Amino acid sequence: MAVSTPDTIVQGGKGGAPKSPNRRWAMGFLIAAIVTYLFYAFVVPNLGAAGKTFVSTWIPAVATNEALVWVICAVGLNIVVGYAGLLDLGFVAFWAIGGYTAGWIMSTFIQAVNPGFYLASAAYPDQPGIHINWWLVLIIAACLCAFAGVLIGAPTLRLKSDYLALVTLAFGEIIPQVFLNADKFTNGARGIAPLDNVSPLPFGPSAITIGDVKIPISQPLGPFDTSAKFLLFAIVAAFAIFVSLRIREGRLGRAWLAIREDELAASMMGVPLMRTKLAAYAVGAFMGGMGGVVYAIHTNSVFPDRFTFSISILLLAMIVLGGMGNVWGVMIGALGLAWFNSTGLPQFGFWFNGQFGTEINFPSYSFLILGAILVLMMLFRREGLFPETRTRQILREAERSDAEELDGGEV
Amino acid sequence: MTITAVEKADNRPTLLRREKIERVLAYGLLLAAAVWLLWNLVAAPVQFANVTLGGIRTGAIYALVALGYTLVYGIIELINFAHGDLFMLGSVFSALILVNFFGAGTGSPKDWALMILTLVIVMAMCAGMNVAAEFIGYRRLRRAPKLAPLITAVGISFIFQWLGIVLNGSAPKSWPKVIPNGGIHFGNVILDYSTIVVIAVTLPLLALMTYLVQQTRQGKAMRATAQDQDAARLMGINVNRTISFTFGLGGAMAGAAGLLYLETFGTTRYDAGFQLGLMAFTAAVLGGIGNLKGAVVGGFIIGVIQAWNDGLPHGLGQQWSQSVVFTILILLMVFKPEGLYGKPTVEKV
Repeated sequence: MAVSTPDTIVQGGKGGAPKSPNRRWAMGFLIAAIVTYLFYAFVVPNLGAAGKTFVSTWIPAVATNEALVWVICAVGLNIVVGYAGLLDLGFVAFWAIGGYTAGWIMSTFIQAVNPGFYLASAAYPDQPGIHINWWLVLIIAACLCAFAGVLIGAPTLRLKSDYLALVTLAFGEIIPQVFLNADKFTNGARGIAPLDNVSPLPFGPSAITIGDVKIPISQPLGPFDTSAKFLLFAIVAAFAIFVSLRIREGRLGRAWLAIREDELAASMMGVPLMRTKLAAYAVGAFMGGMGGVVYAIHTNSVFPDRFTFSISILLLAMIVLGGMGNVWGVMIGALGLAWFNSTGLPQFGFWFNGQFGTEINFPSYSFLILGAILVLMMLFRREGLFPETRTRQILREAERSDAEELDGGEV
Repeated sequence: MTITAVEKADNRPTLLRREKIERVLAYGLLLAAAVWLLWNLVAAPVQFANVTLGGIRTGAIYALVALGYTLVYGIIELINFAHGDLFMLGSVFSALILVNFFGAGTGSPKDWALMILTLVIVMAMCAGMNVAAEFIGYRRLRRAPKLAPLITAVGISFIFQWLGIVLNGSAPKSWPKVIPNGGIHFGNVILDYSTIVVIAVTLPLLALMTYLVQQTRQGKAMRATAQDQDAARLMGINVNRTISFTFGLGGAMAGAAGLLYLETFGTTRYDAGFQLGLMAFTAAVLGGIGNLKGAVVGGFIIGVIQAWNDGLPHGLGQQWSQSVVFTILILLMVFKPEGLYGKPTVEKV
C-alpha cells in the first residue's frame, strides 16, 4: 500500500505531512461532524425564537441528515463513475434494494406476508416480524446490494460504455417497479412503515445524561431524535469515505483509474477488465445499499415511489459538480446539491414569492438547474469544481486538432 | 489486499462453452415466448387481433422515435438521451399549436388540414431544437472523452423536461383529438381510425427518409461521415453541416411522433418522453443500433410486444409493461447486442 500515485504526493505535499494525507481529512471530518452534532443537540434548543426559526427554515436537522444519505450514495456512485469511469444511471436501484431490505428485516412487516412468523430480537420480545439490530441490517443490505451489483454488471460489462449506461438505467427503472408491483412482498404503493427505532449501540448503558440532554446508548432512539441519528449517519458516511479513499490507493483502486484512463492499455498491463469493473460495481452498490438503509431509517419508512430516476441523476450531478473521482469534492457537491434540492430552492422560493408577491413555483426549476449544471459543467469545467490534479489532466487533455487527426489518428 | 485484481487474465478458452450455453438459453427463451403467444391466440383470437393492431399503432410511434436514436448513433456514436424528451416536447407543441392556437375540433375537413399543417410546423420545430442542442451541447464535445457528451445529453434531457413542465404543467393534460374515436369493423376486429392515420403518416415519412438517406447527395454525405469523419472531410464534405442535418432529420421524426402520440392518446405529460424514449431506444437496439431498417422493424416489434403484454388475457398487465420491455433490453444486451440487422462489431482500438 506504500505506492504513491502522483496525486497523493500532491495532496500530502500541501501540509508537509509525510504520510497518510487521509488522516488529516479524517480529523477534519470528525471535528465537522461533532460540531454539527453539538450545534443541533445543544445550541439550537437554547437559541431564541428568531434563531430557532432561522435554523428550522434554512438548515433544518432533517435536511442535514438527508444530505448525509446523499453523501453516502454519491461517494458510492463516485467509485463507479469517478474511479472506474463507467456511467451508471440506475444507482437508485441499490438505494431501493437497501431500503427494502431494511423494511423487511427491521419491522413487523414480514408478519403481513407470512402470518405467525416470529423472529424477535431481545429488543422487541413481544412484537411479530423480524427485528435485527440496524448495524447488522446495514451490513446485510450492503452485501445484498453488492451481490445485486455483480448480477447487474456481469452480463452488461462486456458491452461498450454507452450501452452500459442504458442497461443500468433500465435496471434502475425495473427494480422500483418490481417493488411497486409485487404487492404481496412489498406492500405495493402503501410501502412499509414504520421501521424499528434504531439504537446507537447494541449494548452498554441505556443512556447517559449531560446537563439536561439525555444521550441514548443502547436504548432505541425515538423517530424524531434527529441529532442522535445524525451522529449515526455521520459514522456510516465516514466509513464510506474512508473505504473509498483507502481502496483508491490500493491495487484495485489503481486498476480502476487505469481502466478509466485507457482500457486497452490497462488490459495490456494485465488488469483483468471484467473482474475489476465488477469490483467497482460491487463496491459502489455496497455503499448504495448502506445509503438505502440509512435513508429508510431517516424517513422511518420505505415507499416505492420515492425511488425515481431523478435520484440517479441528482447523484450524478453531485459527482459532476464536485469533481469526478475526488471524494471530498463529491462530498461537498453532495452536501450542497442535497441542501439546495431539499431546502435551499423551496425556501428561496418562499422568500422570493413573499418578498415580491410573485407566484413562481421554484421547485419546478430544479429540472432546469440540474440540467444546466450537467451541461455547463461538461462544456466548461469537465473536471468539476474541486478537481483532482490527475482527473483535470485527463479531462483537459489537449483535444486533438483536426490537423493531427488527419495526420495519423485512428486509421 | 485479498482482492485478486491482477492475477489471471480473463480470456480462458471456456468462451466457447459459454457461447453455447448462451445460445441454448436464448432459444429456450424464444420458444417459451412462442408457446405463450400460441396459448393466448387460442384462448382469445379476437382480442389477440385487436391488441396486435393497437401494438402496431404504438409501434409506428416507437419506430419514428427510434429512428432519431439510430440516426444520431450511426453518425457520431452518441446515445442521445434527450431524444425521448424531444418527442415529448413534440407532443406538447402539437397540442398547443393544434388546439390552443388553431382551435381545431374533431373530424371536419378543416381540422384535418390544420392537423397536417401542425405536423409540418412541429416537425420543423423539433428539428430546430435538436439542431440547436447539437450546436450548443454536443458539437464542442465531439472529441472529448465519451462520458462528457453522454452526461451532456442527460442534462439536455432535463432541460427539455423543464420546458415540458413550463409549457404543459406538471400534471397530465387531456386534449380534443382531430381523429374521431371508433374505427372500421371487420367482424369483431376493429381497425381504429387513429391506427390508419398513424400508419398513413408514418409510412410516407419512412419512405421520404429512406430516399433522403439513400438517394440524395446529402444522404451520401451522411453515410460517408458515419463511416469515417476524417475521410469525409478530405473528400470535401462539410461534416458539421452533415451532422446538424442528421440531428434535424431525427428531430423531425420525433416531432411527427409527438403529434401522432397526441392524436392517438389525446394526452400530454412532461414525463412521457423518458419512458417512451427508453422503449424506442430498446427498439433501436433490437433492430441493431445505427441501422435504419432495424430501427423501424424494432419499433414495430417492441410496440406489439408491449401491447401483447398489456392486453392479452395471460399477459402480465400494464403495470409491468416497462419492466417487460426493459428486460428485453437487458436480454438483448446479453445475447445479441448487435441486434437483428446490425453487424457484430469489434470495439475500435
